[in-house]
Amino acid sequence: MAIVDRIGETLDRTPGGVILTGVDSLVDWARGKSLWSMPMGTACCAMELIAASFNKFDFDRHGTFPRPDPRHTDVMIVAGTITYKMMPAVKRLYEQMPDPKWVIGMGNCTLSGGIFYYDTYSVVRGIGEFLPVDVYIAGCPPRPESLQDGILRLRELVEQESIAPGKRRDRALTLPAPDHGCGEAE
Amino acid sequence: MPLDVESREAVETAEGEVVDELVVNVGPSHPSTHGVCRVIIHLDGEIVTRAEPVIGYLHRGIEKMAENRTYLQVVPLTDRLDYVGSMYSNWAYCRSVERLADIPVPERAEYLRVIVCELQRIASHMMAIGSNGADTGALTLFVYAFDQREHVVELFEELCGQRLTYNYVRPGGVSHDMPEGWADDVRAFTAAHRSALAEMDKLFFGNVITRGRLKGIGVLSADDAVAWGASGPVARGSGVNWDLRKHDPYSVYPRFDFDIPTGTDGDCYDRARVRLYECYESCRIIEQALAQMQPGPHRTEGLPRLIAPPPGDAYDHIESARGALGVYLVSDGSTRPYRMKVRSPAFCNLALLPTLAEGHMLSDLVAILGSLDPVFGEVDR
Repeated sequence: MAIVDRIGETLDRTPGGVILTGVDSLVDWARGKSLWSMPMGTACCAMELIAASFNKFDFDRHGTFPRPDPRHTDVMIVAGTITYKMMPAVKRLYEQMPDPKWVIGMGNCTLSGGIFYYDTYSVVRGIGEFLPVDVYIAGCPPRPESLQDGILRLRELVEQESIAPGKRRDRALTLPAPDHGCGEAE
Repeated sequence: MPLDVESREAVETAEGEVVDELVVNVGPSHPSTHGVCRVIIHLDGEIVTRAEPVIGYLHRGIEKMAENRTYLQVVPLTDRLDYVGSMYSNWAYCRSVERLADIPVPERAEYLRVIVCELQRIASHMMAIGSNGADTGALTLFVYAFDQREHVVELFEELCGQRLTYNYVRPGGVSHDMPEGWADDVRAFTAAHRSALAEMDKLFFGNVITRGRLKGIGVLSADDAVAWGASGPVARGSGVNWDLRKHDPYSVYPRFDFDIPTGTDGDCYDRARVRLYECYESCRIIEQALAQMQPGPHRTEGLPRLIAPPPGDAYDHIESARGALGVYLVSDGSTRPYRMKVRSPAFCNLALLPTLAEGHMLSDLVAILGSLDPVFGEVDR
């Protein structure tokens, strides 16, 4: 835990005091507290994603603010079924996001295809096939509270990462090229 | 057919004028397309000359999947069709199954179905009106409307444990009877909802900017509405008095006293306002249903888990928040449907987009698309 996490209590103890910390700690802390999201809502989960941003759940208080433009965002929240027709668009939007970037997979469809795993010819069986996912949230659809939990867990992940040299996470996309055909995904 | 996505120079318009044409691609991930619609827009300056919706980005093959599921297992799939109004797809499908297999439905179940579907209409219309506001720059309305929707979702959660995909209406009845105190919660909600509607009416529909953005935009004549197979608030906004609850009465709807609000101009403003007034009527129906309801079973007893209807076919439709939602089922005598076909009102209404958008500004296209209120789970299926 960086010293900036204790900023409140430190300032309480010494009003107007000075805090000494490393630049990397400060940046890591700030990154986790301001995860702007790219709402990639395609199906049912998008409704819960919208509900999460509005009155009752109010995600703005976590610093998670939805921006429809991928170039403004840090985390892509994929909410809903991704079909083979939609997959190239999602991949392209992910590539348009500036580094560092993270992905939250919301709902069972992003995990495995969920209810659409069997007997269908058009659904990608999990976005892990073509995106590096950091946090998966199960549910069909998950409640906004679950999404909140997912974002808090992602925040932990983000704060563990460091901008300091030698500590950076390798973000190279090493996934196999997705199969665009409609055959079995296994 | 290949998509026409190339911008061209020196195109002759219908009036014989030569203009440079610009093609703008909107979607499939765009906040104002309400899902995963892609629209290819041909522009002359800022005027739309042609708008072509490209659908299929959410095609999940639900109709095909139904052929590999038993009749009861299809119900959760229908939840995912129209995810803004899951109860409707549940009900339309169950009515078809009941007609096919000749399953009786207890009266209490019919009342419960009417109550949840009218609540669902409120939830769905709140979403539609709210996004109408968001599309035209009034995000405030979205916040007001979503607050109301959240109340309905909480009522549903109390009733069947889910916020969005309910799986509530089952062949032969509903999954649960209402819990204790739920009727009072619903009554309290309808009373509060009425004043919220009045507030929204004043806040949004009385606003001069809203009138400027929505009045006279995307005018649909009554004849066109009928010719294109439009239904629901899209047709009623044009003055077509057509509502299956009145004109092909099903369930216990004939026992209720309610009106069908219709518009006069057929523009975006009327379509949105019809939705608002339908919410008032829904409140009336819910209150009457709660008063008329008698104790009794909520589901037919002794129904087999594997329903095997006799060979044949059945079609039944209900009035969903988007219009006439029908389900056609073919049985070959086995425990799985031989074929399921969904008549989706959202798909038929979306087909109007090229006609309505032509000649309007690019920014009005967003308002028109919002006023058609498509849900892509149902359009693409």
